[in-house]
Amino acid sequence: MLKRMIAGLLILVIIGLGGFFVAAYRPALPATTAIATFAPELVAKGEILAGAGNCAGCHTVKGSAPYSGGYAMKTAFGTIYSTNITPDPETGIGTWSQAAFQRALQEGVARDGSHLYPVFPYDHFTKISDEDVSALYAFMMTRDPARVPDKVNELPFPLNIRALQAGWKLLFFKSGRYAEQANHDAAWNRGAYLSQGLAHCGACHTPRNALGAEAHDLEFAGAPIDNWIAPSLTKTNPSPKPWTEAELLVYLRTAVSQYHGTAIGPMSVVVHDGLAKLTDADIKSIATYFADVNGAASHGESAKPPLQNVVGVSAVGSNIYTAACASCHYNNSEPPNPLRPDLAMNSAVNLADPTNLIQVVLHGVSAKEGAPGVVMPAFANGLSDGDIAQLADYLRRSRTNLAPWPNLEKAIADIRAQEIQ
Amino acid sequence: MTSFTLNGKPVNIDIEVETPLLWVIRDELGLTGTKFGCGIGMCGACTVHVGGRATRSCSTPLGKIEGADVITIEGLDPNGEHPVQKAWKALQVPQCGYCQSGQIMQAVALLQDFSKPTDEDIDAVMAGSLCRCMTYVRIRSAIKQAAVEMGSTSNG
Repeated sequence: MLKRMIAGLLILVIIGLGGFFVAAYRPALPATTAIATFAPELVAKGEILAGAGNCAGCHTVKGSAPYSGGYAMKTAFGTIYSTNITPDPETGIGTWSQAAFQRALQEGVARDGSHLYPVFPYDHFTKISDEDVSALYAFMMTRDPARVPDKVNELPFPLNIRALQAGWKLLFFKSGRYAEQANHDAAWNRGAYLSQGLAHCGACHTPRNALGAEAHDLEFAGAPIDNWIAPSLTKTNPSPKPWTEAELLVYLRTAVSQYHGTAIGPMSVVVHDGLAKLTDADIKSIATYFADVNGAASHGESAKPPLQNVVGVSAVGSNIYTAACASCHYNNSEPPNPLRPDLAMNSAVNLADPTNLIQVVLHGVSAKEGAPGVVMPAFANGLSDGDIAQLADYLRRSRTNLAPWPNLEKAIADIRAQEIQ
Repeated sequence: MTSFTLNGKPVNIDIEVETPLLWVIRDELGLTGTKFGCGIGMCGACTVHVGGRATRSCSTPLGKIEGADVITIEGLDPNGEHPVQKAWKALQVPQCGYCQSGQIMQAVALLQDFSKPTDEDIDAVMAGSLCRCMTYVRIRSAIKQAAVEMGSTSNG
């Protein structure tokens, strides 16, 4: 009897597994050897779209050929390396037909039929229209081919079995193009199409669940990414000044916002290298969309935060600020000079998590990041964890009415340690 | 290889990107008007302009200034006749002089942002530039005198 039950169970398991692998199976698409030619206008359109998708941001590493891959994406599950998407036939996507390219973007399946990991944001790219996919294909296939073999991912068993990704897709992936929303105008829809699809804003700004899928009920609510915080893009954003359409437009176009700070960390390349390719109209449509998402129109603008609320404030922190920071950050009137970022308004000081402020104090801002051509010095060598903790605590208490940050010294030590790894 | 401009001239230099800009300016490029004070961005003696903003060169790694325009005290005016330098000479601000190139660079940047600075503005912006000879009273007077001259030139 027992033997029969075990045998029965085994058969069920085998059938189940078999069924799963049949469902997970995707055919390889034929390799193309034909050298396609593309209309220059289509390539030019693809270049702009590749900027919107910030393809280069993840598919290029410093010192290597553009789009040749190798960028390490450290996830909770292991490290996954981006792949070579130049048209090299052996190590890139030179043998991919447009149909294969389209299936990769819209369904997350490689030409050989293997499932892609969702670090490649096909859950967003599935919304891209077929026309835009053609333009992206034309652009990618006309890049200089680079012979750079893909790196091997560092994923533990069984996550290294790509077929299992079919299960993840079953749970979390919904294939389908962007659907226009009739209750919004064309600009809003264009902004939503770009933001939800190609620009995949949610990939960084939406928190993920335990299995790494974006939590749709928390869309754009802010999340940690690469040792930085991608702030909330919804009404939960704690900035005292609203992210109005005008503020978003200037920030996304120039990387500098007079009230919220500048684009640094992972957002720097998004603005400087990616979105820089887009037309003003497209940037404005993204600003229109997010001004609606964050409810800027109904944002009750806070009274100017207390600039000299000195209760409980450390004298050490105040002295460090006076010596090291005030020469650049002091303002005497409204609106603040955007090249003198006003720390009472700044995102880094108002976020619930001090990570971004700590990162900037430790490493400064290069001429290529943030406001172009100007820098902030780096204090990693000059200030101890205790010094930076006192400075951050002073700024938090004297510039905002928000709860003080707990355990700052440990947070600073942790961020220093993450970088050494 | 890091490329930037120093006092208007292109510089290409192949040294460790973590090297402080101050060392590059003084030891590699031979401009010694910019001084070492504390080395941790707390005293202002090493102040130069990067992209027109007063910047502590001792705590700015070379790699951060790729593509930027750097001006030192030597590049402020070909004849040392910037209105701030003239005011400094007229009022005999320096005593030992060690911190003064940093003071002048900070004051020039101050006057770009605050063309008629109040005492409060001067205190806030200049507080990070220390002077062991206590020339602060004359620094304040010279900034105000330069503001008047710069205001009259720009209006005139």
